Amino acid sequence: MTLVDRINQAARRLPAWPIYIGGVLLPVWLFWQAASGALGVDPIKALEDRLGLWGLKLIVAGLCVTPLRRFARVNLIKYRRSIGLLAFLYIVLHFLTWLLLDLGLRWEQALGDIIKRPFITVGMVGLLAMIPLALTSNDRAIRWLGSARWQKLQKLAYLVALSGGVHFLWLVKAWPLEPFLYLGAILGLLAVRVIPKRSRLAA
Amino acid sequence: MPTKFIPDLNWSDVTPKAVFLNRRQLIAGAAALSVAGPAAAQLDYVKSDYSTDEEPNDLSDIRGYNNFYEFGTGKEEPSVNAQKLTVDPWSVKIDGMVDKPGDYDLADILSGVTLEERIYRLRCVEAWSMVVPWIGFPLADLLDRIGVQSSAKYVAFETLVRPEEMIGQRYPVLDWPYREGLRLDEAMHTLTILATGLYGEEMPKQNGAPIRLVVPWKYGFKSIKSIVRISLTDQMPETTWNMQNPREYGFYSNVNPNVDHPRWSQASERRIGGGLFGGRQDTLMFNGYEEHVAGLYAGQDLTKDY
Repeated sequence: MTLVDRINQAARRLPAWPIYIGGVLLPVWLFWQAASGALGVDPIKALEDRLGLWGLKLIVAGLCVTPLRRFARVNLIKYRRSIGLLAFLYIVLHFLTWLLLDLGLRWEQALGDIIKRPFITVGMVGLLAMIPLALTSNDRAIRWLGSARWQKLQKLAYLVALSGGVHFLWLVKAWPLEPFLYLGAILGLLAVRVIPKRSRLAA
Repeated sequence: MPTKFIPDLNWSDVTPKAVFLNRRQLIAGAAALSVAGPAAAQLDYVKSDYSTDEEPNDLSDIRGYNNFYEFGTGKEEPSVNAQKLTVDPWSVKIDGMVDKPGDYDLADILSGVTLEERIYRLRCVEAWSMVVPWIGFPLADLLDRIGVQSSAKYVAFETLVRPEEMIGQRYPVLDWPYREGLRLDEAMHTLTILATGLYGEEMPKQNGAPIRLVVPWKYGFKSIKSIVRISLTDQMPETTWNMQNPREYGFYSNVNPNVDHPRWSQASERRIGGGLFGGRQDTLMFNGYEEHVAGLYAGQDLTKDY
């Protein structure tokens, strides 16, 4: 039995619900660390950064599911919904940390930042684009929309990923490597999706 | 925090010396546990009227949260990576439009100097702030000794380049060496100091040992660390962050809540040490030093000369 077969077999047996439990515990743990000083002397920034980065990691992970199935025949599709919903949770918490703890509800400054600061504008676009995705991440919504329309709507995830990658790159000073790696991974994962279907046969 | 502290007095004025030393040892001891580094030597210094009444940040905050890209771009990286830096021997090249150019040993620069404690607010361009009890002396003292020629209009500074010891310099994160500059009147201002220590001790390496600039009314990146060259010139010098992104970082970079950085507001700041629920405070014009320095910029449009 090949490695791929083994992974697929394991995936058939392992349910998705433990991902939700672990995924919800992570921000609880981060918040507790931040409050107790374990995240350093600037806990607000640390919490903001970590939540944002975990959100972005899950967004990238979610984008991996389809190419993995198509090119490596590894089928992890049953976990994709939990990955996406947790990404949404982290990005909402990332936003709330910024609004409540960092800005302390300075509404004028918050609105000014969203309108005037391109990196925050882009981040907000990504967050807003996640809302319809999260709202339709259930079987009832799929039935209600019909599979084809639902699939089309889910393409918003590409916008979410691009917004997230650009948001991260735009907020850093100088040229550290990490944001480039994320944006590169996102662009790569989007690029493989435009490879025509029949090229798979040639491969 | 000692309960004897009265906010409208200098903290070391009101705390008995024994208690104050004891507290410092406690802090230094705590810092040594989390931040590697040998025990620093005590410095002799006098107090200054230019110190703020605000409570300084703990030594562990000041030593553990640094922007010093020569040792990595993360805030905690310099406290670890800077410990390899050799700061003795140290010499500073002073050149350009001066009467006595040369390579000066740090001991020569410090000989005859009266060190002062200057408790200053530090405002980072990233919208966080601290209060730091620097030990240093006015840059003007040094410039007067070296003799500034009348043609000089600016002072340019450079940080050491030594990639063997400064691992951040192995990558082109910035265009090394780190460069900064001041207009001559800014450099001669009594608030502008060269600092060689903080909290009464020698400068921690991650804070810019052995000698660094502190210009409290400008964003922190102007206060260049680990200086090896000071040049007097009649041309506005190139400065690192301005070279990196001229739209975002001007030559002056005075703290100004009314002139936003293009990517974030400068209206308010997070005081380090406030914890998760510390919130924000309003940023003050010239970082609260307006009465001392506003005159330097009379007639200048600070939205253009940002």
